[in-house]
Amino acid sequence: MDTSLSWIKAYVPDLEVTAQEYTDAMTLSGTKVEGFQRLDADLDRIVIGQIKKIERHPDADKLVVCQVDVGGDAPIQIVTGAPNVEEGQKVPVVLDGGRVAGGHDGKMTPGGVPIKKGKLRGVESDGMMCSIEELGQTRELFPEAPENGIYIFPQDVTVGESAVHALGLDDVIFEYEITSNRVDCYSVIGIAREAAATFRKKFVPPVVEVKGSGGDVNDYIQVDVKDVDLCPRYCARVVKNIKLAPSPKWMQQRLAVNGIRPINNLVDITNYVMEEYGQPMHAYDLDTIAGHRILVRRAENGEKFVTLDGQERVMDDSVLMICDGEKAVGIAGIMGGENSMITDSVQTLLFEAACFDGTNIRLSSKKIGLRTDASGKFEKGLDPNNAKEAIDRACQLIEELGAGEVVDGMVDVYPGVKEPVRVPFEPEEINALLGTKISREQMLEYFDMLELVYDRKTEEILVPTFRQDVERTADLAEEVARFFGYDNIPVTLPRGEATTGKLPFKLRIEEEARNIAEFCGFSQGMCYSFESPKVFDKLRLDGQDPLRRAVPISNPLGEDFSIMRTISLNGMLTSLATNYNRRNKDVRLYELGNIYLPKELPVTELPEERMQFTLGMYGEGDFFTMKGVVEEFFDRIGMDKRPVYDPRAGRNYLHPGRQANILYEGTNIGYLGELHPTVADAYGIGERVYLAVLDMPSILPFATFDRKYQGVARYPAVNRDISMVVPREILAGQIEAMIAQRGGKYLESYRLFDIYEGSQIKEGYKSLAYSIVFRAKDRTLEEADVSAAMKKILHGLESMGIELRQ
Amino acid sequence: MKEKLQKIRQEATARIQAAADLAALNEVRVSVLGKKGELTSVLKSMKDVAAEERPKVGQMVNDVRGEIEKMLEEAKGSMEAALREAKLKAEVIDVTLPARKNELGHRHPNTIALEEVERIFIGMGYEVVEGPDVEYDLYNFEKLNIPANHPAKDEQDTFYINKEIVLRTQTSPVQARVMEQGKLPIRMIAPGRVFRSDEVDATHSPSFHQIEGLVVDKNITFADLKGTLEEFARELFGPDTRTKFRPHHFPFTEPSAEVDVSCFKCGGKGCRFCKGSGWIEILGCGMVHPHVLEMCGIDPQVYTGFAFGVGLERIALLKYEIDDMRLLYENDTRFLKQF
Repeated sequence: MDTSLSWIKAYVPDLEVTAQEYTDAMTLSGTKVEGFQRLDADLDRIVIGQIKKIERHPDADKLVVCQVDVGGDAPIQIVTGAPNVEEGQKVPVVLDGGRVAGGHDGKMTPGGVPIKKGKLRGVESDGMMCSIEELGQTRELFPEAPENGIYIFPQDVTVGESAVHALGLDDVIFEYEITSNRVDCYSVIGIAREAAATFRKKFVPPVVEVKGSGGDVNDYIQVDVKDVDLCPRYCARVVKNIKLAPSPKWMQQRLAVNGIRPINNLVDITNYVMEEYGQPMHAYDLDTIAGHRILVRRAENGEKFVTLDGQERVMDDSVLMICDGEKAVGIAGIMGGENSMITDSVQTLLFEAACFDGTNIRLSSKKIGLRTDASGKFEKGLDPNNAKEAIDRACQLIEELGAGEVVDGMVDVYPGVKEPVRVPFEPEEINALLGTKISREQMLEYFDMLELVYDRKTEEILVPTFRQDVERTADLAEEVARFFGYDNIPVTLPRGEATTGKLPFKLRIEEEARNIAEFCGFSQGMCYSFESPKVFDKLRLDGQDPLRRAVPISNPLGEDFSIMRTISLNGMLTSLATNYNRRNKDVRLYELGNIYLPKELPVTELPEERMQFTLGMYGEGDFFTMKGVVEEFFDRIGMDKRPVYDPRAGRNYLHPGRQANILYEGTNIGYLGELHPTVADAYGIGERVYLAVLDMPSILPFATFDRKYQGVARYPAVNRDISMVVPREILAGQIEAMIAQRGGKYLESYRLFDIYEGSQIKEGYKSLAYSIVFRAKDRTLEEADVSAAMKKILHGLESMGIELRQ
Repeated sequence: MKEKLQKIRQEATARIQAAADLAALNEVRVSVLGKKGELTSVLKSMKDVAAEERPKVGQMVNDVRGEIEKMLEEAKGSMEAALREAKLKAEVIDVTLPARKNELGHRHPNTIALEEVERIFIGMGYEVVEGPDVEYDLYNFEKLNIPANHPAKDEQDTFYINKEIVLRTQTSPVQARVMEQGKLPIRMIAPGRVFRSDEVDATHSPSFHQIEGLVVDKNITFADLKGTLEEFARELFGPDTRTKFRPHHFPFTEPSAEVDVSCFKCGGKGCRFCKGSGWIEILGCGMVHPHVLEMCGIDPQVYTGFAFGVGLERIALLKYEIDDMRLLYENDTRFLKQF
């Protein structure tokens, strides 16, 4: 919504403010001004001049030398190349030292173009005559301006006065952000009412009076509304003996500075009233209305209709149509029909000002794919009580402009009159909600400015119907707050029962995940929750893989964002690829983000959201580096048992020989591995990539921040090293499981300290060496204690086919 | 005897003075004081001394021994000191050589900002809670006073799973979920991911984060809302930060406000950063709409509350002066390492 300052001042005559003051005050009282544009910001020293004499330029065929009276003692001399100048014309002249907004080609120069006197082909020129484009405007908005030439004023303007003022360009256009609850502020009158209240000035809306020219509207038109639910009110008036003409200058200018193109008196009046009252109207040529009868009904499914833009459109039975005795003549509230539109030969005019159901208009306009200025207003849900005022205002302007003769009377189909809402006036409640001590008199004063009427008898506030946002005390409190000033409301902190601030356990564990990842050199990434279903092929998932069952978005931004992810790897790999492409070395990233697993498809309840701690890296480090990060995390969150790594993870996207599921006390809590080279190729990553994915909901039950002091060892440990030759297929994990199982109660720890495969070891075998530590808490161990345990371990290992080396 | 001892002492003194290193000193010690040393042999020849002379001679031997030991100690001490001195001299390093660092990873700017916000509110007694990213229309709209066909629903460019399920467009549904549980009073913040169907550009992303705040208790006022958010703004943006509350409209609060903070770049004078206005919009807030309380089973006659919603990315972009939102989701380590 935009308005010019001059239009607001027309209804708030005492308003004297700068554009900035207006912007600040209106914003603080709730009508947010997004910005303003001074139409004359780049216009300086531009006056009305009259061309007294035109002579040829001695040295240039295309230039002429003009003597121009600019109200001074003597005319000034201006050289111009404009083709349309004639002696006697009154034109805008920018004087030496002035500025224009741009060039005559319509290109604007921010800050304007300074004009200095100088010589043109040897002849002195003391200023410049201006085209409408040089004044920052367009022929679109000022249709009387000539194409490619100087703007010519009508003869009634006064030489020497400001040309900017004469064109109405000494004005400011404000752009507002109107919130959806303030439908009344989508009109100049609505904003003017707010402005008057904001600046505590008198609000003087137009006085609407239609003289009429006799006759009876009911002899011209009969209206039937079949679907009252979609059309609560329908007002119709008739104007005869139409005289189409351009509208007067004042109206054209008012529309032009507000960015609306003047067309003719009828169209301009309709547009003017739509801006002024926020009420769209439609004009039909009454002679095209069959049976002089209007019927408002829902369309039939598949009904076809040609709108006045010449397009054929297909309706369904939710769309409301305006029909005559035989056919549809308009889509209600959206656009009229070609068959009833106003042409130059119009004699009698039917004016319609109706109120349509906002939601229906919005949905219809979407369905048909046609959004107009009118539908944009209607869809906000207009006040039916505004329709009569608006149609009368239009008829008043018809009379004032001499555009036709208004037939007496109005057809008004308005079965359910909307009455003002009554809200109990409870000043204590209002103060209690705001934390203020505003007097009831003060509150009533604010209400009065806003036309909220106090009924002393019932102690209620009567809310005018144009304020559909005020329904209860909280709404009245907002009105009080707005005009008391949000700034003036005191500043306190909530009292009452103390509460404990806390981060839940899940988030504390996630915080530890971040700490550990970062300590290990991983930086945090963030990835989208939705992705393309193509990701599954890219990750080489089986056709039957349950991860392919994803929650689809019914209106995605495109296929690439069309399903909720069921696996976190794509985001990680995409990010690693981005880094690889940008030649970043040794990249380590982690992400904490949800995957979304549907409980059933199609979806009928919310999917399961599982937080995934995903780590990915390329460059320095290998599988065991990644494994180290995972175990650091487990240590940090109190998971002190040894995790089991099962190489039979069966994940197609990972290297078949370098992947493992991570089991903790028998529960699968995640996996890690090297990325399969085919997948790496698919993402364009030319290095080995290592990944780990930890399923946080599976980890949480094992995580704890509890710690117990275990005592510090006071007796010496006994160390035994064993070296063995092991068949290749036996895993270190199996050996360790054997050591742990057979080590007895004194076994403290074991550690692999050497591993070797190669020429000294026979084919199919590898050499491993472990250091095993025994210790008792209460005494120094004796040889016998240790050798018994060692014997058991060695027996166990031998039973696995392992040869011990002495 | 006496001369002999004198001689031993003189010779030892000379040798100690001449000793070049610790080994030479040790040699003196062994050859004079050792088991087969000169002084020891003097002691051994004590049997030849007259019995009444013995204590006197013994005393003399001990004196000489003491003197020599003392000289040896001193010589050793200064020799060791010199050695240490030399060693330290040899060990001079170039302290300007590069440090060896454990290369740490970096937290995402969103998370840094979030943790900052969480810290502030936890300090004020707020609990952090979470709600689902994929949410029922009921919680995302209906219970927040946005019924079917409400224009606000269109404005929010919602991603739909189906008619009843949406990707939440705001963290506000967590308000409804917490209020419904009926545990009062409530002081909570709910950070999380939200979704709107905006194409990706420098200032838009179809997925971003919000932090919702909600307080419900007896006697909560708009003044309390102002006080809380002013405190928050000062904590987050610095003690000199001023706030401005502007009336606004949200379906689930009444009265509602948008909050600007004085530009922390120019202090409110107006700069490129705040587009010359001196103010930066950071959040929306208001008193919980009585109808919302009712729908969640709370009696608005007894309880009132306030709620606010902050865009996390907005805070991060402002605080760290990041000029393009896309950077937050590219995960380029050259970007991440700056935080």
